[in-house]
Amino acid sequence: MAYSDKTRGMYNDILYGLQDAGLFKQERVIHSPQAADIEVEFPTGSSLKKVINICANNYLGLSSHPDVVKAAHEGLDSHGYGMSSVRFICGTQDIHRQLENMVSKFLGTEDTILFPSCMDANAGVFEAILTKDDVMISDRLVHASIIDGIRLCSAMHDTFKHSDMAHLENKLQLHHDRRLKMVITDGVFSMDGDTAKLDEMAVLCDKYDALLFVDDSHASGFIGKTGRGTHEKYGVMDKVDIITTTFGKGLGGASGGCVSGRKELVEMCRQKARPYLFSNTIAPPVVAGVIKVLEILSATTERRDKLESNTEFWRKGLTEAGFVLKEGDTPIVPVMLFNAKLSQDVSRDLYQEGVYAIGFFFPVVPQGQARIRTQISAGHEIHHLEKALDAFSKVGKKYNILGKAKQEIIEMYGM
Amino acid sequence: MEDMYEVVKEYVIDEYVEDDSEVTLDTPLISGGIVDSFSMVSLKRFLENKYNISIPDDKATPEAFDSVNKICALVKECIG
Ligand SMILES: Cc1ncc(COP(=O)(O)O)c(C=O)c1O
Repeated sequence: MAYSDKTRGMYNDILYGLQDAGLFKQERVIHSPQAADIEVEFPTGSSLKKVINICANNYLGLSSHPDVVKAAHEGLDSHGYGMSSVRFICGTQDIHRQLENMVSKFLGTEDTILFPSCMDANAGVFEAILTKDDVMISDRLVHASIIDGIRLCSAMHDTFKHSDMAHLENKLQLHHDRRLKMVITDGVFSMDGDTAKLDEMAVLCDKYDALLFVDDSHASGFIGKTGRGTHEKYGVMDKVDIITTTFGKGLGGASGGCVSGRKELVEMCRQKARPYLFSNTIAPPVVAGVIKVLEILSATTERRDKLESNTEFWRKGLTEAGFVLKEGDTPIVPVMLFNAKLSQDVSRDLYQEGVYAIGFFFPVVPQGQARIRTQISAGHEIHHLEKALDAFSKVGKKYNILGKAKQEIIEMYGM
Repeated sequence: MEDMYEVVKEYVIDEYVEDDSEVTLDTPLISGGIVDSFSMVSLKRFLENKYNISIPDDKATPEAFDSVNKICALVKECIG
């Protein structure tokens, strides 16, 4: 046995270090399906508490929707539990193909390839498409999975300041001599809830002959008039060359992701993307569930419309109560507290009041920008939101931050 | 001729510093977390265009780019 006390001690030191620094992540155990109302065991061993969940990516409230659950059951019966194979050996069923076609139709793209997750899609796509003669120019706030994918690719990499179009243009000029240029962004940025300026980015990409890549994980199914994503919102449905997205958030919340876009690029992924070639196919019941999700969302915009009105109600309520919010119009609504400890205290007190919301602080968000990130769902009813608003007001009053501006909160609690 | 030290410092500030922190000729840029090693490429390309040089990849290390002084030393070496 080579796991010596010394080795064990070394790891324990690192883990204690994380605890001391307040960076140790503690999981709260949920005993019910994912929904607006959940039952949580926290701290471990305590009795179950019923709380309102406002920190799930369950934007469309489809994670436990009876029609989706039923479709997954039917898929389990008709196509089995697992495939025990990657796609290209013996892991492609009719429903995998059907889902790929449905995603292309839903997103308005030429073709789609499924991945085990969007993390995998992002990890594989750049290396499959680009070479060392090319350049990737990414927004400085893109998701961690994109950063990992970029690291795995031999193309040159550069960044532009978050949503700064003049800076992006500089970079496109600087790298004009590369074989291919790819501009890379999230559609909706998950920590701030703002959207990429895809209309302006598309113009720049046309002008400088660059490919446009968008990760729409926090947008697919609900952003845009019919929920197709940020490319719909900005009227550039035909201008985005590659979209990656997940089925693990709004689109049912189970798992899986995809690369969707120009058919040659999708084919390159089918031939070369390592997470596609070397990781198992998506399980049949999950595929059947996502197919049902897309059927529901293609038939009616009811759910994304409800999400939109819930979001308006929530933003208005928090603003009237006197909280400082990040501007935006997506269901990600960050309540700014600036101080890390304050964000943890508020989160704890909200939980006592029956509201489950998490505080984020450095290094997940920049220093001095700690916040409670709230995420609204079509699965919330107005009574959920009213109750959550009451809890927020009560806790906000306790800490005397209602109606206070950023500077005043910082003066009271520090950065 | 423009002062190379000023040119490089100005570029670093415009490009990477998003608040009003001060950058001196010796401020550690990469080890100090101001320039992430990801974004070094634009600095390299800027220098190559500006001074009409080519910086070999094996010289463009995070250590060689870690302060304005070190960067200028590298550029001078490449100018020859
Ligand atoms: C922008 C973005 N991309 C990708 C992912 C990863 O998605 P998945 O859970 O399917 O791996 C996430 C989820 O955290 C995300 O927020």
